[in-house]
Amino acid sequence: MRTIQRTLLRDAAAIAAAMVAVGASFGAIAIAYGLPVWVPFLMSTVVFAGGAQFLAVGLLAAGPVAAVLAGLLLNARHLPFGMAIGSSMGTSWRDRLIGSHLMTDEVVAFTLAEQDPVQRRRTYWLIGVTLFTSWNLGTALGVLLGTAVGDYETLGLDAAFPAALIALILPSLRDRTTRLAALTGAAVAVAVTPWLPAGLPVLCALLGLFTLLRPDSPDSPDRSYYVESPDYVESPDRADHPDRPDHPDRPDHPDRPDRPIHPFRTRKAAG
Amino acid sequence: MAGRRMMLAAIVVLGVGTYLMRLGGVLLRERIELSDNLQRLLPMAATALLTALAATSTLMAGSGFAGVARPAGVMVGALLAWRKAPFVVVVVAAAAAAALLRLAGID
Repeated sequence: MRTIQRTLLRDAAAIAAAMVAVGASFGAIAIAYGLPVWVPFLMSTVVFAGGAQFLAVGLLAAGPVAAVLAGLLLNARHLPFGMAIGSSMGTSWRDRLIGSHLMTDEVVAFTLAEQDPVQRRRTYWLIGVTLFTSWNLGTALGVLLGTAVGDYETLGLDAAFPAALIALILPSLRDRTTRLAALTGAAVAVAVTPWLPAGLPVLCALLGLFTLLRPDSPDSPDRSYYVESPDYVESPDRADHPDRPDHPDRPDHPDRPDRPIHPFRTRKAAG
Repeated sequence: MAGRRMMLAAIVVLGVGTYLMRLGGVLLRERIELSDNLQRLLPMAATALLTALAATSTLMAGSGFAGVARPAGVMVGALLAWRKAPFVVVVVAAAAAAALLRLAGID
């Protein structure tokens, strides 16, 4: 496990370094927009969401209401993120109340890449705290150095973050069903970007989940759940285990459906 | 420019709203009894959102296309990630490729 930890630390350091640089450009841009010095500091601690902060800085000078609405729309994806990772940060109230504030795209991607719950929790906190620290450190640097901080596009950092995300989600995309849903969703998001306000296109990616409705998909969840899911096979005490006498999938059960339950489909009786 | 108090209020509302969405998802997951299929669906939803985020931030700048340098840099990074290069290499190579292209005058 030592090597896993070391790899994680190295990955955290890589993303932290990039985060310092982007945070610095955020601080510098906020000052360049003529905003008071406390604005970037307050945003980086209270909002702690890179995309929304850049967007809000651009809009704040013109209209605070627009800045809030656009920022909230951009951050709406955190709701499904929270539902996907659940209490990976821990189940105590302290863990959930503090841990939720550390939730960012990168933390979610790092956490989802881990399978083991203990390792997930460690990853969540390590990446979360690292990013919060480096983001605020970067902001302070940017405010102090002002325009001396180069444009982060010159450093190519605008390419570093999407590449980091791709590296983190690549293992999940090995699953065919997930890949089809994710790539369809991404295509929809890119296609609607010119017409919709920031934040909405990414949420439209959820439409990609409708690819799961393909009738003959060999990977659609209704079948692969029963074939692949190891915990289904290995836990005979589960309420839905087929060895239980009252399980509807038993060949002798009177209501035996020909398909397991699917969230989008009604079950059909075999006869 | 908006007044000082107005800006303060805007930042606090944005911060609190963002926090409530973060916490809301986590608590919803705990409160609602999820079917097994839905539990399988949620990581897929998160992956779809992250993929869309990667795709839009690679290809688009505002409502137009991002040009050449950024998508090319990301492609270099993605290719390395696919070849199982270490994470650090992926991040640095993507940034370096985009920066070098811009240095050469290709944006």
